[in-house]
Amino acid sequence: MRALSWLYLALLYAFILLPVGALVLFSFQDGRLPVPPFQGFSLRWYADVLGDRRLMAALGHSVAVAAGSSLVACALGFLAAYGLARHALPGSALIRAVLIAPIAVSTLIVGLGLLLLVNRLGLPLSLWTAGIGHVVINLPLCFAILYAAMGDQQRSAERAARDLGASEAQVIGLVTLPMLAAPLAAAFFLSATLSWDEFIIAFLLTRFEVTLPVEIWSLLRSGLSPRLNAAGSLVFLVSVAVVVLLEILVLARRRR
Amino acid sequence: MSDRARGWGLVAPALLWTTAFFVVPFAVMAAMSLARLDGRELIWGVHWDNYAQLAQPHIARAVVVSLEITLTVTVISVLLAYPLAAIIAFRVPERWQRLALLLALLPFWTSYVVRSYSWLLVLSRQGIVNQALLGLGIVQEPVTLANTRLATVTGFVHFFTMLLTLTIYASLRQLPPNYARAAADLGASRLRTFVHVILPLTLPGIVTGAFLTFVLCIGDYVTPQILGGNNELTLPQVIMVQLGRRADFPLASALALVLMGLVALAYLLSSRWLRIDRV
Repeated sequence: MRALSWLYLALLYAFILLPVGALVLFSFQDGRLPVPPFQGFSLRWYADVLGDRRLMAALGHSVAVAAGSSLVACALGFLAAYGLARHALPGSALIRAVLIAPIAVSTLIVGLGLLLLVNRLGLPLSLWTAGIGHVVINLPLCFAILYAAMGDQQRSAERAARDLGASEAQVIGLVTLPMLAAPLAAAFFLSATLSWDEFIIAFLLTRFEVTLPVEIWSLLRSGLSPRLNAAGSLVFLVSVAVVVLLEILVLARRRR
Repeated sequence: MSDRARGWGLVAPALLWTTAFFVVPFAVMAAMSLARLDGRELIWGVHWDNYAQLAQPHIARAVVVSLEITLTVTVISVLLAYPLAAIIAFRVPERWQRLALLLALLPFWTSYVVRSYSWLLVLSRQGIVNQALLGLGIVQEPVTLANTRLATVTGFVHFFTMLLTLTIYASLRQLPPNYARAAADLGASRLRTFVHVILPLTLPGIVTGAFLTFVLCIGDYVTPQILGGNNELTLPQVIMVQLGRRADFPLASALALVLMGLVALAYLLSSRWLRIDRV
C-alpha cells in the first residue's frame, strides 16, 4: 500500500511536470526542432528571443499591463474592503455580490462584453482596454483577499489611533495599510501573475500593441520551434518566480 | 461627513469600475444577442433568430462536444487528483507538504497558451510520446495524437488535476484526525472509514473544485484550439469564429449567453454542496 502510494505520486508528478520539463529542456536545443533527441546545450534561442524586437516589445507591454492593472485592482479592492468592513452600509451583501460577480463569469464573456462596449463607444483597442479588462477580473480577487484579512485586531488598533487623535487618512496610512502589508502583497502578486498569463481578454481587446501571450499565440502558426520554447520558458519562469516570492512572503508571515 | 457617506465614498470607485466595465458591457451583450444582422447592418430590437441558430447542426454539435469534453475532464481530474491530494496530506511528512504542493502546482502558473504549446511537444508526430513508442518498437508509424479530442482532454486534465489537488488537499487538511481514529476504534475497516467518514466530509471540497473545473473548462478557447484543432469545434471556438471571420456579433453574444446558462445550470446542480467561501 505504502509503495503503491509513492509509485502513484511519482507517476502523477511525471504527468504534471513532463510538458513544462520538455518546454524548458528543449529551449536549450542545439537544433531546429524542440523534440528528442536532445542534440546539445545551446543558448542561441534565448539570444534570438532577447534580440527579437517584437517579442521584447510584447514583454514590456505585458509587464506594464500586469503592474498597472494589479495596482488599480489592489487600490480599488482595498478601498471597497475597508469601506464595507468598517462602515455599516445598506445592501452591503448585494455590493459584495456585485464586486465578486466577474470571477464567476468566464474571461471570454468578460472580454466579449468589453469589446462590444468599446466598439459601440467607437474607442480604439489598445493596451489600455486590455488593462481595463484585467482590472475587471482581478478586482474580485483583490477585494476578497483584503476583505477577509480585515479582522477585529486591526479594528481595535484603528480605534486606538482615532482615540489618540489620528485623522482618517492617518488611520488608513499609518495603521491599516502597514498591518495589511502581507495580504496586500499577496493580492498584488497574484493579480500580476494572472494578468501576465491572461490570453483571451488581451487577444480580444488589443490590436497593434499586444501582450506576450498574444504574441506567442501568433507565432504558434509556424509550428514547433525551440525559439517558441525559449519564449514560453521565459513566461513560465517569471510566473514561477512571482509565485515563489509570494510563497516566501506568506510563509514569512506565518512564522512571525 | 457622516459615517455612511464616508463608507459610500470608499466603496464607490470599485463599484463604479465593476458597473461600467462589467455590468454595462454585459447589458450591451444581452441586447446584442437579441439584435439582428441584415447584411452588414445591425438591427436592434427583440429578435430570437440568434437563439434559434442553436438548432443548426454545427452549433448544437458544439454544445454537445463542449459538454462531453467538460464532463469527461471533470470526472477524470477528480479521480486523479483525490489520491494525489490524499497522499500529500497523509503520507508526505508535515514539513515537506508545502513543498510537495508547490511542486505539484508549478505548471498551474503558466498561461494557457504556453501550457497547451508544451503539450504539443509531447503529443505531436515527432513528439516525445511518439518517439518513445517508436523507440520501444510498440508502433512502426507515428500515431496521430495532436489535433484530436484526446489531446484536448489530456491538456485539460493536466491543468485541472492540479487545481483539484489544491482544493481537495485543503478539505482533507481540515478533517480532524480523530474522526478516522474513532471510526477505526469502532471497528470500521479502512474502506468503510473512507466511504462513510472521509468522503462525505470532503465532498464540499470535491464539488467546489469540480464546479470550478466545469466553469473554467467549458469557457476555455485556447486549449481546444491549440490541441484539438479544427476537427470538431467547442462552443468557445464557435463563438470566436463568429467574432473573427464572420463578424457576427449578435450570434456571438447569444452563444456567450448560452455558455453562461450552462454554467448557471452547473451552479444550481451543485449549489447544495458548494462552499465557494471556504476554499
